[in-house]
Amino acid sequence: MSKTPAALFDKVWDSHVVRHIEDGPDVLFIDRHFIHEVTSPVAFLGLESRGLKVMFPEKTFATADHNTPTINQHLPVEDPLSANQLKALESNSAKYGISHWGLGNPKNGIVHVVGPENGITLPGMTIVCGDSHTSTHGAFGAIAFGIGTSEVEMVLSSQCIMQPRPKKMRINVNGKLGKGIVPKDVVLYIISKLTAAGATGYFVEFAGDVFENMTMEGRMTVCNMSIEMGARGGMVAPDETTFNYIKGREKAPKGEAWDKALAYWKTLKTEEGAFFDKEYEFNGADIEPMITYGTNPGMGIGITKHIPTAAQIGSSKATYDKSLAYMDFHEDDTMIGKKIDYVFIGSCTNGRIEDFRAFASVIKGRKKADHVTAWIVPGSHIVEQQIKEEGILDILLAAGFQLRQPGCSACLAMNDDKIPAGKYAVSTSNRNFEGRQGPGARTLLASPLVAAAAAVTGFVTDPRELI
Amino acid sequence: MAYDKFTVLKSTAVPMPIENVDTDQIIPARFLKATERKGFGDNLFRDWRFENDGTPKKDFVLNNPIYTGKILVGGKNFGSGSSREHAAWAIYDYGFRCVVSSFFADIFKNNSLNIGILPVQVSEAFLDKIFKAIEANPKTELEVNLPEQKITIVGDGASESFEINGYKKHNMTNGYDDIDFLQSLKSDIKTFSEKSIY
Repeated sequence: MSKTPAALFDKVWDSHVVRHIEDGPDVLFIDRHFIHEVTSPVAFLGLESRGLKVMFPEKTFATADHNTPTINQHLPVEDPLSANQLKALESNSAKYGISHWGLGNPKNGIVHVVGPENGITLPGMTIVCGDSHTSTHGAFGAIAFGIGTSEVEMVLSSQCIMQPRPKKMRINVNGKLGKGIVPKDVVLYIISKLTAAGATGYFVEFAGDVFENMTMEGRMTVCNMSIEMGARGGMVAPDETTFNYIKGREKAPKGEAWDKALAYWKTLKTEEGAFFDKEYEFNGADIEPMITYGTNPGMGIGITKHIPTAAQIGSSKATYDKSLAYMDFHEDDTMIGKKIDYVFIGSCTNGRIEDFRAFASVIKGRKKADHVTAWIVPGSHIVEQQIKEEGILDILLAAGFQLRQPGCSACLAMNDDKIPAGKYAVSTSNRNFEGRQGPGARTLLASPLVAAAAAVTGFVTDPRELI
Repeated sequence: MAYDKFTVLKSTAVPMPIENVDTDQIIPARFLKATERKGFGDNLFRDWRFENDGTPKKDFVLNNPIYTGKILVGGKNFGSGSSREHAAWAIYDYGFRCVVSSFFADIFKNNSLNIGILPVQVSEAFLDKIFKAIEANPKTELEVNLPEQKITIVGDGASESFEINGYKKHNMTNGYDDIDFLQSLKSDIKTFSEKSIY
């Protein structure tokens, strides 16, 4: 009997099942667990109340990011509640022997930026974190997904979680991307086609030459936003691009261990004829620079298009009307030319060096529009350092921008980086939900190029006119 | 954390016929700063429920005394977005024990089951029937029967069955959680870990 062809997802999942429960979830072994200050304190309290220990402290990594200020990080954190969470992360990590990159540590940064850049994230792993954008790590051919605090407690105490096996979806994008089309556009395009719930219940594999030709940074941007179409996670098969990115990073395997790991990683591909519950095909040449107009990431359009009707996007009229009323936009409006107030570049979606290079390529030789407030926030200290070394900081300063310090910042506005009520922000982050960037804030999700074009003109602008 | 056992719940329900209710609406990020699990119900749907100065918004359903009960009925794709378990904590702390929708986001569903809220997924048609029944009579009761996996509009008598895996059903009806179960597997887990290359 011939063996059933396996998908990349099956290979990784099956090699981590400790036990399958009849009519129930799988007990899944977790290779890497990231924690941060917001979703871990209650999990540690749970451990204490049950008298449990951390089973494998060396498999958990802590970094402070959600709640941290992005200016004056050398000073004590002003908000007592934020300071308290940061302190809890530090003391819990110390107590249980967990590696902790707190505020001020040169390795500190957004959890989904620092994991990959330090070689903690590797192909074939299972990776979880109490944060839905853990899907980012799928770019390496890992099964990576966000979990709740009860599950954080499970992983701390047993290195396992209990998960029903998701269905499989493959999204193929082939063809040549046009000028000015970057990975963020590709993923916003896919989400606009599938809707914000189109992949709920599925784990997605991104396949096709568009992803094969992407850098690791680009693949991370795409996998990061798989959750925005409802997917548990997204993954890309590891290849030479992946291996070259990992090789030599601090915590990556070295010497013989590298050779052994590499031989295994090369087997992590979907076999011909593998089964998928659902499959989509898109043509890369159809993708325009994207922008969102509504209050979920599925409400995105090509930047030259008009806002579609409720029926065209399969939404109920009440939900659609509520969304556009919040944005103060109208059906059939064109997005080009809308005045904007804020620009945010950063987050686990677009806070990597490639994103700042793209931003700089547009603003170089231009000036920030007077009425625009811009927050430029690197994803980590390592990215911050690269920005300085590559001369991007000089370009930013010459154009009237300032560079802030790393953290999640205005993506979720837990710290002071809040967009004021009623103001419009072009943001390279991942969610345009009501109030996401501050109570009453209006978010337009877009790529670093679209953000840069808006920052220098003060209006929604097609970046292809500036590059 | 221990939670109340769930078997049969008969209650009036609060209707929220909005689609894509994301966890940022259920509990905005600025209320996630606690290091203990308490008081989240006060900020449930904070920005839909209160003005900036804390005055209740009259047109929001939780501020309408006509609608009460332990069951929240939401539009499709309920609980999307952020993985924050605080959203489920806020719903539980406010007093809900069950959320009914035609479609749930995966992480929210897991989080709910882990803390003792039962997510009941019904067809679009049945969800519509529930909304109409409550609209006609806000005192309409729903009966959610977990052992029989059945939800009924009391009075009207219309009912539909719902899915839940046997393992989770057993946990919910007994108030067990996964952490207890995983502790019983520790020696298997240890053995498993020894063959890992990572």
